[in-house]
Amino acid sequence: MSVLVNKNSKIIVQGFTGTEGTFHATQMIEYGTNVVGGVTPGKGGSKHLDRPVFNTVADAVKQTGADVSIVFVPPAFAGDAIMEAAEAGIKLVVAITEGIPTKDMIQVREYLRDKNTRLIGPNCPGVITAGECKVGIMPGFVFKAGKIGIVSKSGTLTYEAADQVVKAGAGISTAIGIGGDPIIATTTQEAVELFMNDPDTEAIVMIGEIGGSLEAEAARWIKQNGTKPVVGFIAGQTAPPGRRMGHAGAIIGGADDTAAAKMKIMRECGITVVESPAVIGETIVEVLKKVVA
Amino acid sequence: MVADTSDEAVAAAKELQKQTGTGWWVVKAQIHAGGRGKGGGVKLAKTLDKVKEKAGAIIGMQLITPQTGPQGKKVNKVLIAQDVYYPGPNKTAEFYMSVLLNRQTGRNIIMYSTEGGMDIEEVAAHTPEKIFKEEVDPKVGLQGFQTRKIAFNLGLSGNAFKEMTKFVAALYAAYINSDSSMFEINPVLKTSDDKIIAVDAKVNLDDNALFRHADYAAMRDKTEEDPTEVEASEHDLNYVKLDGNVGCMVNGAGLAMATMDIIKLAGGEPANFLDVGGTANAARVEKAFRIILKDPNVKAILVNIFGGIVRCDRVAQGIVDAYKSIGEIPVPIIVRLQGTNADEAKKIIDQSGLKVFSAILLKEAADLVAKVIK
Repeated sequence: MSVLVNKNSKIIVQGFTGTEGTFHATQMIEYGTNVVGGVTPGKGGSKHLDRPVFNTVADAVKQTGADVSIVFVPPAFAGDAIMEAAEAGIKLVVAITEGIPTKDMIQVREYLRDKNTRLIGPNCPGVITAGECKVGIMPGFVFKAGKIGIVSKSGTLTYEAADQVVKAGAGISTAIGIGGDPIIATTTQEAVELFMNDPDTEAIVMIGEIGGSLEAEAARWIKQNGTKPVVGFIAGQTAPPGRRMGHAGAIIGGADDTAAAKMKIMRECGITVVESPAVIGETIVEVLKKVVA
Repeated sequence: MVADTSDEAVAAAKELQKQTGTGWWVVKAQIHAGGRGKGGGVKLAKTLDKVKEKAGAIIGMQLITPQTGPQGKKVNKVLIAQDVYYPGPNKTAEFYMSVLLNRQTGRNIIMYSTEGGMDIEEVAAHTPEKIFKEEVDPKVGLQGFQTRKIAFNLGLSGNAFKEMTKFVAALYAAYINSDSSMFEINPVLKTSDDKIIAVDAKVNLDDNALFRHADYAAMRDKTEEDPTEVEASEHDLNYVKLDGNVGCMVNGAGLAMATMDIIKLAGGEPANFLDVGGTANAARVEKAFRIILKDPNVKAILVNIFGGIVRCDRVAQGIVDAYKSIGEIPVPIIVRLQGTNADEAKKIIDQSGLKVFSAILLKEAADLVAKVIK
């Protein structure tokens, strides 16, 4: 089962023929992902990586039956690309693009409100269901199949967590990189809800960072509705207030979005919080053992 | 009007007198930090001689405010402004107003309060009922009823009410058109003749939207920024200088923050945040080393790379090449390479003959940090 994507998902790549699109589409295909085509306006009718190129997402959907799209379109045009995918009826849009202006994302989020489309990201590593389908830029070999769901704002920290989980003897059901921008569409809580409802996921690793209130909201939801153990980590315990730490959204704006404040709320809500990012893997395995015993 | 010297300040004051008829001036230090008044960076001058004297004193001073840190910031420029607190038929009043993104709803809000001129976090902590929020629907933008609601909630009537509705509409339009991520006007002043004026303003721009505003680049004042951070940004390295003793070089922002946390847990203090990005090749690694080493407080460097698409053995070779090119690196270096080809990478590091500690697990790296800083 897993969540969001699986071996039956049909994926198109927006920004297919660009450098990024080409490189990562190739990697996705090598992983076994069912990439059915791509979209580059003006190059419709041609072939790229042995797959058809379309002028519009609507054409691609009509011809291929695609239900998932991954966006590698440059920041200035990425908002437009996401809305085009939603308009064409794509169910899941994964926006990898980093650097989309906030003003554009306000419009995109508004546009998606009454559409039947879920957006992951932007500025995210994507989604991977281990052994089945990779819709993202993560190194696929790290994600061995298993029962742990991962939700994270960060790219490399997600790989780090997955690697630790695997080395500790467990595996990954699905990993969702929700993105590090001030406006991201799928929240930590929504990702956690998906895992709580997924029969193939037994425990959840939730990785956050300074800035915003997504982790606190997810923690409160877990306290009320959680049915599976959750291990949490917040990056940026040593980050100074008011400075942006790489990600556009990673800035401490007030007392509530520091790492310490988030970790406290998460603990109060029953989440096993680790202070060191080096023990995420062993902790989730221990937690899982206790549940089984 | 902005002045670099006390003579320019006097000229500006004269010009301002010609334009507005003002007889009193305010001399304000121009640095990128708030709380300037508290540090003595804002002075009232009632004569032109005083303008010269106050401007002379402020230009060149090391201004310390609650936001600059204990070392303060050197003042290179002052703003000469008209004194807007002049006497008149009505009482003056100060308000607070900001425009920012509500990250929860993904919409912009206008936050405002009758408690102007004060630290808004204090107001929020003690009298939260005095802070109002007005959310803007992105489909239609800010509406007239909203600007009226704001003016009413601020207790205004008559001409001041009308002026405030115009002020709010203009402020919001400026926020949107400039692709800003935060406007903070504190105080917004109602003058004694019922005009509405922004007396102080703090503006944060959305870095992601700078490509739409080529003119902003010309306004960037690099002297207000940390020179090492400027140099790093010119090489596309995301570097933030901190006060600690262990430097770090990491790929990815989240892992970089996590690495800073590891350093702290190992008993050190992070000296910087540094994300080398997805292409950690020899040239970038060398530049990153050079930037970290500019900080004399750095006693050790932790390199933490999770190789995904980037192959660890290539990064390792990059480190060896960078090391040789720089020559003597005076502090111990801990290299942790994990992911694609991590074992080959460790071999390259171990066989290079360099004084580098290598690790594969994050835990091992943390232990090595603790060991070398003892």
